Amino acid sequence: MVTAVDLDAHMYDVVKVGHEQLMGEVIKIQGENIIIQVYEDTAGIRPGEPVENTGLSLAVELGPGLLTSIYDGIQRPLEVLVEKMGDFIERGVTAPGLSHEKKWEFVPVKKAGDTVGPGTIIGEVQETNITHRIMVPPNVKGGVIREMRTGSFTVEETVCVLEDGTELTMMQKWPVRVPRPVTEKKNPDIPLVTGQRILDGLFPIAKGGTAAIPGPFGSGKTVTQQALAKWSDAEIVVYIGCGERGNEMTEVLTEFPELEDPRTGKPLMERTVLIANTSNMPVAAREASVYTGITIAEYFRDMGYDVSLMADSTSRWAEAMREISSRLEEMPGEEGYPAYLAARLSEFYERAGRVETLNKDMGSVTVIGAVSPPGGDFSEPVTQNTLRIVKVFWALDAKLAQRRHFPAINWLNSYSLYLDSLHDWYDENVNPEWNRIRAWAMEVLQKESELQEIVQLVGSDALPEEEQVTIEVARLIREVFLQQNAFDPVDTYCSMAKQYDMLKAIKTYADRASAAQRAGVLTSQIVAIKAKNDLPQVKFEKDYNVLLEKIYAQMEAEFNALKEA
Amino acid sequence: MKEYRTISQIAGPLVFVEKTEPVGYNELVNIVQADGTIKRGQVLDTSDELVVVQCFETTAGIGRDSGVRFLGETIKMPVGRQMLGRILSGSGKPKDGGPEIVPEKRLDIGGAAINPYARDTPRQFIQTGISTIDGTNTLVRGQKLPIFSGSGLPHNEIALQIARQAKVPGSTEEFAVVFAAMGITKEEENQFMQDFERTGALEHAVVFLNLADDPAVERIVTPRLALTTAEYLAFELDYHVLVILTDMTNYCEALRQIGAAREEVPGRRGYPGYMYTDLASIYERAGIIKGKKGSVTQFSILTMPGDDITHPIPDLSGYITEGQIVVSRELHRKGIYPPINVLPSLSRLMNLGIGEGMTREDHKKVSDQLYAGYAEGVDLRGLVAIVGKDALSERDRLFLEFADLFEDRFVRQGHNEDRAIKEDTLDLGWDLLATLPEEQLVRIDREMIQKFHPRYRKKQAAEGGTSSATATDLGSGAS
Repeated sequence: MVTAVDLDAHMYDVVKVGHEQLMGEVIKIQGENIIIQVYEDTAGIRPGEPVENTGLSLAVELGPGLLTSIYDGIQRPLEVLVEKMGDFIERGVTAPGLSHEKKWEFVPVKKAGDTVGPGTIIGEVQETNITHRIMVPPNVKGGVIREMRTGSFTVEETVCVLEDGTELTMMQKWPVRVPRPVTEKKNPDIPLVTGQRILDGLFPIAKGGTAAIPGPFGSGKTVTQQALAKWSDAEIVVYIGCGERGNEMTEVLTEFPELEDPRTGKPLMERTVLIANTSNMPVAAREASVYTGITIAEYFRDMGYDVSLMADSTSRWAEAMREISSRLEEMPGEEGYPAYLAARLSEFYERAGRVETLNKDMGSVTVIGAVSPPGGDFSEPVTQNTLRIVKVFWALDAKLAQRRHFPAINWLNSYSLYLDSLHDWYDENVNPEWNRIRAWAMEVLQKESELQEIVQLVGSDALPEEEQVTIEVARLIREVFLQQNAFDPVDTYCSMAKQYDMLKAIKTYADRASAAQRAGVLTSQIVAIKAKNDLPQVKFEKDYNVLLEKIYAQMEAEFNALKEA
Repeated sequence: MKEYRTISQIAGPLVFVEKTEPVGYNELVNIVQADGTIKRGQVLDTSDELVVVQCFETTAGIGRDSGVRFLGETIKMPVGRQMLGRILSGSGKPKDGGPEIVPEKRLDIGGAAINPYARDTPRQFIQTGISTIDGTNTLVRGQKLPIFSGSGLPHNEIALQIARQAKVPGSTEEFAVVFAAMGITKEEENQFMQDFERTGALEHAVVFLNLADDPAVERIVTPRLALTTAEYLAFELDYHVLVILTDMTNYCEALRQIGAAREEVPGRRGYPGYMYTDLASIYERAGIIKGKKGSVTQFSILTMPGDDITHPIPDLSGYITEGQIVVSRELHRKGIYPPINVLPSLSRLMNLGIGEGMTREDHKKVSDQLYAGYAEGVDLRGLVAIVGKDALSERDRLFLEFADLFEDRFVRQGHNEDRAIKEDTLDLGWDLLATLPEEQLVRIDREMIQKFHPRYRKKQAAEGGTSSATATDLGSGAS
């Protein structure tokens, strides 16, 4: 934190501090004193050094070159920083977010004489396997095109000139703390399919929705976030590592280029933008990283894409706010967090949504935030303020993680408020039976938790016969359906069709079991049916149908044998 | 150099100096007492009127008559190859009677963050010879894995055993140990030093000692000096460095002490609100850099106040480190060494360093199954306490026995027992799993079971199977 005097500045202006020109932001104005939060280490800075105001607020560069990039919290490309200053992040180095030298092949979709407005798509660039749509910036009035150019351009060269003389390039700059405008927000009614059974099956999130994953350390927040970044059927993924571990970011960096998108077969990296501000990088840049990420996400949404944004972890972001606030000696709110914590969180999550863009396309930003509550206590301010906003809650549970039940999402505490709005989609796209089977599975799990309380008191032998079958069925749902191995090449992604087939097989066993019970077959024999022992194997088989048919046939045979006996 | 005699206030470790020329933030300071003694400090706050200096030593003897000299540079540390085998104080001065370190380089101890893009993924398995670590919470090179312990538990023995036994199977690269003690007792120091001397480890070790009666503020710099040394050895001289930091709890207490002296708004339990960031600036200094041969692996020890894992110190640490090894009082009371409770323990980088080509293809699944079985058995103990063993089903009884067996055979091992991963740890795991009904092994696929389950291994042996995985078993099967 640096205080400057005699500086003509406005709130949130970006300034350059000292002889080394360290980047900072104005966060408080107090009479003559301008309080500046510096994004870099301030060791050695002395009173009397100059401060220069750029007059601009913190903005990101948006244009071709974003995809496959990895940035720090203020959009400096980490790859360029390595070239400029070696393996360690030193200070005083600036680097533009986009390469200003690289040429891109620009193909116009509008021609001279066409009328364009804010957000209109004027051309395309094939960036990776993703087509980058070049738009009129939202803050440009628009008008009639006088000249349209075709060919190879850098992001700074003019590709389009309007009648009023406005020159458009492929790059726009947008201040990160301001949401990009849209025509209208719509209700989310299409699920974001993630290939994770407990999420898609029990607690789905809609495209344009918001979700929180709170959990103590070691419960699998990061693994879940990464699984979502890998497998969710968004077209663009923005992954923010906010105040987290350096080695984890490296893992993402080495793993993503090698992984294939299950839908396109292209490397996952081609649709990904990474923002890495690890825990030992400057706090102020950590605070900014979340805004940098969501602005990039909104930009791709404006092209008509479905974007999903993972923020790992929003608690670190909140703590950065707390650190900055306490240095400003602001009056603290709950647990030392600033009083504006709730407002900042809700402003951030509100930037999610399924929208009609300015260009009248449909696009969405789905926001999934990890929360790291101290001591795993969900009553702390960040978790509580987040839960008041988000619609989906995936509660991670240390107990489940300890027994290596992954994903360690507690099925009793978690919820999704999108079930009703997604109902029709499942009917049409999965199976008309899906919604009913899902409800049945939840009911069994709920029943089991009640029964477990009794078992804890009197032992499982004391349960009535039919309840013993319920316990067995619940065990199958938990171990076969809910547990999923993120590190197994097949099980890491499970299609909706396979999810349905797996749950259906368990339901078939349950139905047959209760029928057999009514026919007088002993519970111990029903529980001992061998066919179901092969069910876990279905997870690991790519062409699981052969095995599943075998299981059905064997189940049929075994139950028939029991009935006859 | 100008000497200011404008001290206006002294409070705890902080000295306030008025009317100075412009002084840089974090600059190094010498405070000259009336008797000529020089004490070192660092600038915490600087403005036109007032400079706040944090003194690394006790402020006893400093008065308004003392002089203050600003050295015009931030803390730099002399580093060099000669440091190996040396014992230094918590602020880096020789403590073994030897000569001053001749610097090959002088480095800033703050340590800039490694650019995530320059990092290489840690994936090289380190064998510690301890089953609960190698088998179920594997350590890899470049990882930071702390031990969460409590007072009176044998965490020092475990740390020493790891320092003694840790190796990368089949590797002969140079390695070094950097040991930093913060606020440990003289007795603990002796324990470490004697073991280092006995095993000859001191030759390739650099030791930093800040003992319980050394100034608390010095603890703030001790780990940073150690890590700066470690980074130099690793990234300039190609050593594989194991850094042992003990005890991080004392470090955090020192941090709180300074926060209180500066009258900062305290966070949870009086610890400063920036403790996460501060701890991160220590823990994150581990890893591997692309194109460099060496590595920094961090093994820190912290004692959880009141054995409470939700206390801010272990809590914030756990959010930064790549897992944790939790030492359990309950197992210790049962007389089991090492009393590592695997259930709350975790190694986040485990999956990168295990599996085919690194340890063995069944490693992950065996580990998961051991966890699941042990967790179930431990749960059942609670039930048995209420309803008695007789009310358990046959299946449950097997799991209950499995938990006991697991503690007795897998967890328990000798202080000098160095178990090889494949032959000892994983096969032992299979032997224990074989006591459970085969259809209960839902975490392991059929193929693995048929390849490694003792039942099939024996069968293959009888049939004269020749696969390499069963080769070691052939001998025992035949005898």
